[in-house]
Amino acid sequence: MAQGSSTDAFVEFERVQKSYDGENLVVKDLNLSLPKGEFLTMLGPSGSGKTTCLMMLAGFETATHGEIRLDGKSINNIPPHKRGIGMVFQNYALFPHMTVGENLAFPLEVRKMGRSEREQKIARALDMVQMGDFKNRRPTQLSGGQQQRIALARALVFEPELVLMDEPLGALDKQLRESLQFEITELAHRLGITVVYVTHDQTEALTMSDRVAVFDDGRIQQLAPPDELYEKPQNSFVAQFIGENNTLEGVVEKIEGGFALVRLDGGEVIDALPVNVQEVGQRTRVSIRPERVESNLERLHPEAHTLPAVVQEFIYMGDTFRTRLKVAGRDDFIMKTRNAPDQPRLKPGQEIRIGWLAEDCRALDA
Amino acid sequence: MTDSAMTPPKQPMAALPGGEVTEGPMLAADGTPLKASLKRALRREKLRALLLISPLLIFILVAFVAPIADMLFRSVENQIVSETLPRTVAALEADEALPEEAPGEEVFHALYTDLVIAEEYKVHTRLGSRLNYEMTGLSSLFRGTGRDVGRFDTDIYTDQFVEAEPALEDPVNWSNWMSEEEIRDALPLTADAWDAWTTLTVEANEDDPLEEDVADFVYTALYRDLANGAAPANFPDVDVSSFETVSIRALFEDSDEDWLDPEVWQVIQTYSPAYTDGYFLNSVDMMNGPGGDAQWRPDDEQIYLKLFWRTMWMSMAITFSCILLGYPIAYLLSTLPLRSANVLMILVLLPFWTSLLVRTSAWKVLLQQQGVINDTLVWIGIVSDANRLALINNATGTIIAMTHILLPFMILPLYSVMKTIPPSYVRAAKSMGANDWTAFWRVWFPLSIPGIGAGSILAFILSIGYYITPEIVGGTEGVFISNRIAYHISSSLNWGLAAALGSILLALVLVLYWLYDRIVGIDNVKLGG
Ligand SMILES: Nc1ncnc2c1ncn2[C@@H]1O[C@H](COP(=O)(O)OP(=O)(O)OP(=O)(O)O)[C@@H](O)[C@H]1O
Ligand SMILES: [Mg+2]
Repeated sequence: MAQGSSTDAFVEFERVQKSYDGENLVVKDLNLSLPKGEFLTMLGPSGSGKTTCLMMLAGFETATHGEIRLDGKSINNIPPHKRGIGMVFQNYALFPHMTVGENLAFPLEVRKMGRSEREQKIARALDMVQMGDFKNRRPTQLSGGQQQRIALARALVFEPELVLMDEPLGALDKQLRESLQFEITELAHRLGITVVYVTHDQTEALTMSDRVAVFDDGRIQQLAPPDELYEKPQNSFVAQFIGENNTLEGVVEKIEGGFALVRLDGGEVIDALPVNVQEVGQRTRVSIRPERVESNLERLHPEAHTLPAVVQEFIYMGDTFRTRLKVAGRDDFIMKTRNAPDQPRLKPGQEIRIGWLAEDCRALDA
Repeated sequence: MTDSAMTPPKQPMAALPGGEVTEGPMLAADGTPLKASLKRALRREKLRALLLISPLLIFILVAFVAPIADMLFRSVENQIVSETLPRTVAALEADEALPEEAPGEEVFHALYTDLVIAEEYKVHTRLGSRLNYEMTGLSSLFRGTGRDVGRFDTDIYTDQFVEAEPALEDPVNWSNWMSEEEIRDALPLTADAWDAWTTLTVEANEDDPLEEDVADFVYTALYRDLANGAAPANFPDVDVSSFETVSIRALFEDSDEDWLDPEVWQVIQTYSPAYTDGYFLNSVDMMNGPGGDAQWRPDDEQIYLKLFWRTMWMSMAITFSCILLGYPIAYLLSTLPLRSANVLMILVLLPFWTSLLVRTSAWKVLLQQQGVINDTLVWIGIVSDANRLALINNATGTIIAMTHILLPFMILPLYSVMKTIPPSYVRAAKSMGANDWTAFWRVWFPLSIPGIGAGSILAFILSIGYYITPEIVGGTEGVFISNRIAYHISSSLNWGLAAALGSILLALVLVLYWLYDRIVGIDNVKLGG
């Protein structure tokens, strides 16, 4: 359909800024481009500007500055109803005065589609979300999950190439959410549509997306595939925000051979991978995932730096052990170990030494 | 109903001292069946709820239900005729002269007795005004004859009786005779008259009947009884055949010849039952014609149907213009940010805070022929000085002023309904390709209909019963049925008619409400939330 290969940017934000009140920028210099068929998730804390971005893309808010392009064409001045973007809202926004069938017919009617074609498409869309039998129900007669499916079907029935979803599963319980997550990604990939998805829920973001854009303070903090986001956070916000994370603070003492030596505020020295630090003397915050912390020092490089730690709490979690340690003056340091025969079960008060591979410990901005 | 609720409440030994339950119905801690104690707890709760609402309930009963019931009752109640002229009403039933001519002597004698008594009690004028609603002239007829009736020449009977038998002059004798059952039975008219006279003397004049002169009408009754052939034992035997007589019918004719008009008597006869449909017939421009058949009033007396119709269509026009003016405002209010919406809301509510009279009078100033609006129009040149618009003292004036007054009642429910329509609906519609108009018309508007419904009911029902504003700005062409009701309540004092008109208005509102429910559905009415 579209000219050019699929690697071409289908949706593009270029230097987009947005302010509601003329004083504070809610979106600051947003640059983002996604190819056709990608499932991109915007993830971030409340108030970070995710919805605002989505609304600018849909045309319900205008960008204060910058350009938004869809399929190569600037859409800054195109009204929402001419953009042809499907949308799923958090509260579903199903029209309560219409039946499910009429809700789905709505986008087709405004496109002046003939009756038989309409019926065909509605039936197909309803089957797609396994709601074929509910055509004559009113939205209020449906459960939350069913309403969500109908909202999805309605956003897809007119075959948009781009679909926006703003926390579509926010109001559902965990189990339903998980099954719908799967259905949505599966559908999106099958239909080859491009999806921009907004969520608060990092698990949702990690499991569903091709790429995740982590928002904070009106900026994209990192835009990366889920694994990279988790394993290689680019800054301490992302490291903190995604998954569980241990943080230690200190000053860069040496950078050599692609690795850095960090002297913690308590005086200890550790190995780290310099990510956001360039020079010696810079303050840094290092981040280590709990499952990368090692108490069996034999598995480490013989010259690796290690730290003394005091066990505060040992929690048995079935497949894993979770140990809270006091390390370098902080007692919220978590170590996660696999439940294996050779893995010792530690006792509170026990003194051990811990370490890690230098590449697992990322020295980020302070 | 086979479950344990039907088993007797006291089941011995079902609960052990420790509160352990063995078998049988579920028991509460004290051993009574659970259902029974639940019921008791609920009853207490219900009682408490009743207690909480009882002040309001009493208030509503006293201030709302009772007056309405009273109004409904008054619209058919008509006891005044049979209470004031009981003998006449009874005698009329036996009389066959109507409708061709006025009834005979019997009836006039009864009327004479009734009227003398009514005159003493000063109630004949009230009856006169009541009957005057049905036929003009009756009020003065009753008042005039009431004045004369005490001076009727019936004293010739008194004189002749006393002359023939001096014992008949003494009320003490009368009292003795009249306490004898046999005499009373033989002289029914006399007994009745005597009873009436003694009661009257005590009640109206606060005198002792035994020290007063017996009234003429008692002797007249005695004459009639004796002339009818009664001859009681233990009563003075007076031969009345040689008495000089006087025709009471002629006495009435002397007083006012209208008494011989059969139409007058027909009115009395028609309205002698205790309940009447006359007020209702009057309310729809009909009346009880001769022979009691309902018939239209003469054209020049027909006003109520026209007024009802005018009230309806003008109320609808007012409601409609309220929708027209209120909808955009409410829409704006609901889309504005809260702070500006509140400011605008104050402007909307402003009329509520000014006196109704002040507002209506302001319209008078604005809308007059020499008023601000006409002056402006003339100044701009839209209308010429000679053709100034008539904007007040007619239907236009009423519609303009009432629309202004009722607008908040339209805007508030509209606003509160619109406020609950999430903006995401319109956004969803637009994202699906609907332009502004389609999104509004297919999505927003249908969702705002409950607000229109609620506002319309409010505005319509309020305007249908409005009174002050039409009175002030309506002239003759712009007044409502309520103004007529007010007139009957405070000026003509025809409360029965006012009640009938009010009842019809109430019924109309209920019918419209029912129709509305059928067409729109009352659950489609939301005042908010
Ligand atoms: N219509 C508006 N007028 C003024 N400020 C707004 C408006 N909408 C959003 N904001 C502000 O813009 C900022 C970003 O809001 P936005 O709704 O985009 O956040 P979000 O990332 O979607 O948050 P959430 O996860 O809670 O939905 C917030 O500080 C919010 O207060
Ligand atoms: Mg949001």
